[in-house]
Amino acid sequence: MSFEPKIIGFLCNWCSYTGADLAGVSRIKSAPNVRIVRTMCSGRVDPAFILKAFQLGADGVVVMGCHLGDCHYQEGNYKTIRRIPFLKRLVKDFGIDPRRLRLEWVSASEGDRFAEVVNEMTEEIRQLGPLKLYVHNERKNGQPAKAEVH
Amino acid sequence: MVTVNIDGTRIEVIEDTTILKAAEKAGIWIPTMCHCEYFEPYGVCRLCSVEVVRGRRSRIVTACNYPVRAGLTINTNSDRVKWIRKVIMELMLSRWPNVKVVKDMADKLGIEKPRFVSLERDEATDACILCGMCVNMCSDVVHANVLGFANTGIQREVVLAFHERSDQCIVCGACVSVCPTGHIKMVVEDYKGKKPEFTLGPKSAISVPSLQAVPRVPVIDTNSCIHFKTGGCEICSSVCEPNAINYDMKDEVVELDVGQILVATGYDIFDASVMAQYGYGALDNVYSSLEFEMMLNSTGPTGGKVLMKNGKEPRSVAILHCIGSRDTNHHPYCSRVCCMYALKFAHLVHDRTDAAIYQFYIDMRAFGKGYEEFYTRLLDEGITMIRGKAAEVVEGTWSDSHERSLMVRCEDTLIGRFREIPVDMVILCNAIESRKDSDIVKRLFSLSKSPDGFFLERHPKLDPTSTTTDGVYIAGCAQGPKDIPDTVAQASSAAARMLSLISKGEVEIDPIRAMVQDEYCSGCRICNNLCPYSAIEFLEDKKISHVNEALCKGCGTCVAACPSSAMTGQGFTDKQILAEIEGLMV
Amino acid sequence: MAKPKLALYWAASCGGCEIAVLDIQEKILDVAAAFDIVFWPVALDFKYDDVRKMADKSVDLCLFNGSIRNSENAEIAHLLRAKSKILVAFGSCALEGGIPGLSNLTTKEATLRWVYKESPSTVVQNGGVIPQTHTKMPEGETEIPELWDTVKALDQVIDVDYYIPGCPPQPNQIWSVIEYVLSGKPLPPAGSVLGAGTKTCCEECSRHRKEKKIKKFYRPFEIETDPNECLLDQGIVCMGPATRDGCGALCPKANVPCRGCYGPPPNVTDQGAKMVSALCSVIDAHEPEEIEKILDQIADPMGTFYRFSLAHSILRRVEKS
Repeated sequence: MSFEPKIIGFLCNWCSYTGADLAGVSRIKSAPNVRIVRTMCSGRVDPAFILKAFQLGADGVVVMGCHLGDCHYQEGNYKTIRRIPFLKRLVKDFGIDPRRLRLEWVSASEGDRFAEVVNEMTEEIRQLGPLKLYVHNERKNGQPAKAEVH
Repeated sequence: MVTVNIDGTRIEVIEDTTILKAAEKAGIWIPTMCHCEYFEPYGVCRLCSVEVVRGRRSRIVTACNYPVRAGLTINTNSDRVKWIRKVIMELMLSRWPNVKVVKDMADKLGIEKPRFVSLERDEATDACILCGMCVNMCSDVVHANVLGFANTGIQREVVLAFHERSDQCIVCGACVSVCPTGHIKMVVEDYKGKKPEFTLGPKSAISVPSLQAVPRVPVIDTNSCIHFKTGGCEICSSVCEPNAINYDMKDEVVELDVGQILVATGYDIFDASVMAQYGYGALDNVYSSLEFEMMLNSTGPTGGKVLMKNGKEPRSVAILHCIGSRDTNHHPYCSRVCCMYALKFAHLVHDRTDAAIYQFYIDMRAFGKGYEEFYTRLLDEGITMIRGKAAEVVEGTWSDSHERSLMVRCEDTLIGRFREIPVDMVILCNAIESRKDSDIVKRLFSLSKSPDGFFLERHPKLDPTSTTTDGVYIAGCAQGPKDIPDTVAQASSAAARMLSLISKGEVEIDPIRAMVQDEYCSGCRICNNLCPYSAIEFLEDKKISHVNEALCKGCGTCVAACPSSAMTGQGFTDKQILAEIEGLMV
Repeated sequence: MAKPKLALYWAASCGGCEIAVLDIQEKILDVAAAFDIVFWPVALDFKYDDVRKMADKSVDLCLFNGSIRNSENAEIAHLLRAKSKILVAFGSCALEGGIPGLSNLTTKEATLRWVYKESPSTVVQNGGVIPQTHTKMPEGETEIPELWDTVKALDQVIDVDYYIPGCPPQPNQIWSVIEYVLSGKPLPPAGSVLGAGTKTCCEECSRHRKEKKIKKFYRPFEIETDPNECLLDQGIVCMGPATRDGCGALCPKANVPCRGCYGPPPNVTDQGAKMVSALCSVIDAHEPEEIEKILDQIADPMGTFYRFSLAHSILRRVEKS
């Protein structure tokens, strides 16, 4: 069986989540690999969520928000474009291929674009193969996140 | 007031009124060829010469600029006056034998052939007769002082200074409008592209902005008004009896505090000139739906008559459906209203002319109450319905004659034949599309758009009038193509929604809000600048930040940014989102 | 009544924590008077066997500093856990890996290679011998502890009752904890962080803070800072906002940005990620290119944001390539 990547998608409520909804309503076929977490704004996405997703075994993470200038909260996505590029550098430093983290703008009207992004990313991660991290073994060895909260 | 005697009629006028005006008041006609009420009398044509008698002395004067005094006796029709007029008219006629206004005036004065030898140096029918009206208009009214006379005698002519194009000319066209012979023409240079048959905008600098405007108050377009360019003209205020015209009014920006907004910004029509095959803008008598609607309007340019550019009624009219809509190259959606207004057009054309009417349609969509019945009635009226989208409109000839006309080519899919139908007029049913400035409006109100470009409603079935922004509603074609009944229904629904909130006096807001947990906040002030709604304030006394819950919209940007996690997003806490991620990764 | 028994141990640490204990000055005499010190390798001569012989849960308080980076560290951690009633992770290394945790940026092999062969100060002898756990000698086989590939915080190896953060923990904070234990008052719930606050370093920092908008980042040597204004406001990456309070904001007081040794404040799982989020949020730029340019000015992100907490962060270590 071929490798099916697990991708966590953080989608903003107003544009991308609606766009994903539109893709569904329009019966646009897209890879089922992206598991969606809805946030009110892409600006709500804490870098820790992304690292956590990787820790828990996600092979890729995609953050989707409104196009710049179209943010429902006026400029929430401007915070996102400052955080994600830096986080990409950071995950690279952690030894994770930065292609596994994506920031995409998908508006409420772009159901087709949502499907395109999802398909493209799924394919790319499929090429990259499963993400292997030290913490994954730790979890398997029965030493899970106990240590994470003091 | 003084009393004067004109041709035996005693009349009371204000002193210093010109004889011409006094005569007019007395109902006596005096011929003129250089007079215009908008500028000072010029007295150059001399045709208005009359005889003024004071005591035993009499003399010939020009009526247009001679002021009346008490006790004047004026003869406008004495033998002496008639003789002088005849000479003047003969001189004019001999110089400009072909000019229409001159010939007409000569006819009126009973002069057939001048006794003088015709110079015949200028055969033009619209030659300049040196009346000077354009020069006076340009200097006295427009204050542009671009035109003037040069030379004397038979060399005299109206010129631009040094015969050169002038920067001072504001291209107002006043000289064109006042020229009695049509010698001065408006030429548009470098005019490429489409030539609109009708303009839907105002036709002069002062106009009522829309035909059915309420109240019917005219406005001045300061960009084209002469007064705002040169300080001159003011003709409109001189003719406005109630003195209602105020040139000092300024555009005002009025700021209103409102709690709810209904966005009903309407639509634009598809520009059919991008589909060159239909000849819009290139061929005469090809109209867009709105232009034709304008023509049908009883207050429109043709007074409601269906006329071709040459002023004749068309012998046949083609109505082309789905121009730009139901077309994957332009708009895939159906514009919804075209089928029905196309039928209305057909009905009105049938009503007002004897033209044969052809409708070229893909599918007839008579979806509303009474619509199907209307369609059936139209079929009974003898409209020709051709199922097949028109392929192109070309110039052709009318039936077997050689008269030029238009030709619509299409495939009639019901008979499976290619057809070419000669018509005199083509009406395009342009698609309804979202307004060009809809992106600006969208950002202004934080709205979203659906793929068709129209504003997105909160829910297509359950909440079709409100938007993702609280307190902002949408109605009409801003939300999607719809006809008047649907628009009224949607707008009423939105209005009712707004009124219900007003009467309730309070609004419910989502509980999704950011909140500072004071015990963890150290006042680093990272969050202070992040909130676009200024909901985060810094409490100087406690040295911590605080969220004003009424202003917060719950985006959570500050929650993600808070380095001490003192900020929590109710409804979307870190714990909830992390649990969600954990759940998704099982 | 017998005096309560106290054990102190250092695993992978620099020894600073031990000195910090002595830094409580004359109060050390009170400690000696109040406790029966049963194990303190750095100061007193005890053998591991002495500890092994103790009864389980016979040590009342164990202050354990240093991270776990070899088999010996782990063994003694397990041993002391078994013998202690209360075991405290003492100092940043025990708490979250600390500076030794930065070796999670690389691999054990690379570390050994660098230390024994490649570093400029190394004089390579005999072709550069890398220490082996087992070496055959004429007298028999020697065994030294095995260096781990991944440095761990104490609570990633054993259960820890309390935490005292700091590199090193401040003497006054150490004394207040000891004093509290001696007072016999009911102990706080297990897992608590002692000797520190619940807010952040900013709480104790007297510098004046403004609304943040950063156009350019500086390294401390690049500008002369205003001693009264927030360092972050001046473009210096200061970990203060994402670091637990308790130290008295010592570094900012000395015109040095906070390095984050007191670890993340409560509720924060990943100090580095949180600081990245906060810092990026206040960058004053809207164009992607401009943003990238400003981000370029942040030197050594891993060493800056995860200086102490890498081993205890969400991803814990860098993936070997």
